[in-house]
Amino acid sequence: MEKAKKRHIREYLIEKWFLFLATISIIILGLIVVFLFKEGLPIFKTVSVGEFLFGQLWYPTDEPADFGILSIIVGSLVVTGISSMIAVPLGVLSAIYISEIAGPGVKEILKPVVELLAALPSVVIGFFGMVVMAPFFQKVFNIPTGLNIVNASLMLAMMAVPTISSLTEDAIHAVRRELREASLALGATQWETISRVIVPASLSGICTAIILGMSRAIGETMVVLMVAGGAATIPESIFDSVRPMPASIAAEMAETPFRSDHYHALFAIGIVLFITTFLFNLIADYISQKYKQVGTATL
Amino acid sequence: MSNKIKMATRNMSFYYGDFKAIEGITLEFSENQVTALIGPSGCGKSTFLRSLNRMNDIIPGTRVEGDVFLDGENIYASGMDMVEIRKRVGMVFQKPNPFPKTIFNDVAYGLRVNGVKNKSELQDRVEASLKAAAIWDEVKDRLNESALSLSGGQQQRLCIARALAIGPEVLLLDEPCSALDPIATQKIEELIRELKKNYTIIIVTHNMQQAARVSDVTAFFYMGRLIEVNKTEIMFTKPSIKQTEDYITGRFG
Repeated sequence: MEKAKKRHIREYLIEKWFLFLATISIIILGLIVVFLFKEGLPIFKTVSVGEFLFGQLWYPTDEPADFGILSIIVGSLVVTGISSMIAVPLGVLSAIYISEIAGPGVKEILKPVVELLAALPSVVIGFFGMVVMAPFFQKVFNIPTGLNIVNASLMLAMMAVPTISSLTEDAIHAVRRELREASLALGATQWETISRVIVPASLSGICTAIILGMSRAIGETMVVLMVAGGAATIPESIFDSVRPMPASIAAEMAETPFRSDHYHALFAIGIVLFITTFLFNLIADYISQKYKQVGTATL
Repeated sequence: MSNKIKMATRNMSFYYGDFKAIEGITLEFSENQVTALIGPSGCGKSTFLRSLNRMNDIIPGTRVEGDVFLDGENIYASGMDMVEIRKRVGMVFQKPNPFPKTIFNDVAYGLRVNGVKNKSELQDRVEASLKAAAIWDEVKDRLNESALSLSGGQQQRLCIARALAIGPEVLLLDEPCSALDPIATQKIEELIRELKKNYTIIIVTHNMQQAARVSDVTAFFYMGRLIEVNKTEIMFTKPSIKQTEDYITGRFG
């Protein structure tokens, strides 16, 4: 009896300890969000939400100051959009190749290499963009600066490819072997099996991979800070410089007086960024739930 | 029973890497007959079945020695197209594996990859296959619902319909009832007896009664070797080898 009681108490304590740890991490995350809104919302006493989001002028230190972040939002969207156009096909197709087509030898090399790409610190990728790609673009296209949308998009794509590729691979891997065999047994070729059975069956996972890859790109700071050029204007060509949201925050935060309008405005940009990535994740979650395959063969 | 030989293996061995899973099997399968392959788990009967339509080719590191003939032609000869072979030798797997598509598209899949585009032809052939697999009456009003919404037994008959749709000559059934309840099993067995009028059927089963009920010929496998093969009624009444008798009467396995 004594023993059983002791065991019971021990189980109880362990359970509560895990609950405590889980609660702490959630509370900390919650506090970050609360703080973000607390520091960001006061800017809307100075400018309206509409002026803030759609104002084209970002002169936060002028007298009077302009707090329009449209060009910054556009900068983020353009860079994320173009990098997705590069990263999505590369990531998805490489995942299909690695998981379905490559022989065991090739696979053993390619898989770690793609994953290694994810391990590259973003400052290294940014540095590469700055000292290698930028002069290259400048020379080849004869443009005033190589720190521009194309360069930033390429570098961001490099960061998003491993995310997209390894998540897509997981999704493809989760397609049951039985489906592959069913298709091949019906006289389908390997390509028909991939395109008509495997990709459709893993589509929800692939969509999730793409969205998470994009949300990584839009939230990435160091790379865009280093290679996007930093001009807070609405771009007219893909060789223009832009100033995406994370870069603006990182570049300006150190120079703003505590709790000034500028300070609040940067936090408000943080709110916009937070909402954007939050939406991305919600969409990813929704898609993966909605198209989840239900009901395998049961009795 | 002197039916034409549809498929045959001659001294066929199969390797997973260095491991010899089956050894020197010589066996013939007659047209319009059901041949049952029985034996304890791991005896190589499923591996043997899967090498009859070259399904093992997709597993890296495997290798076949000896010959497998389909209408006298060696299917492992160089230049033989395995896609073509799989169209002629259909297969139904242990676990029902419908595609996550609608019932109609599931059955039409094999037709579509084989180039049937005409809509009315697709409809006709899907209907004919579903009827042949004795599932038409249960699904005719719900062809656009997901195949995954069917019960396990229905899914398995759908898989049979799907295999029949592309017009195979031989049908390989790999323990088709092992995931099904007795009633669904009975339906599949009735179906097998019906289908043998038009197809050569080879079935792997763990269920001795099933082998006795549906097959004309039974082959007993043990440790990768073919121990005995004979007409089913003889195998189950007076097998000539002691091992066979022990297995059939449940003394081992």
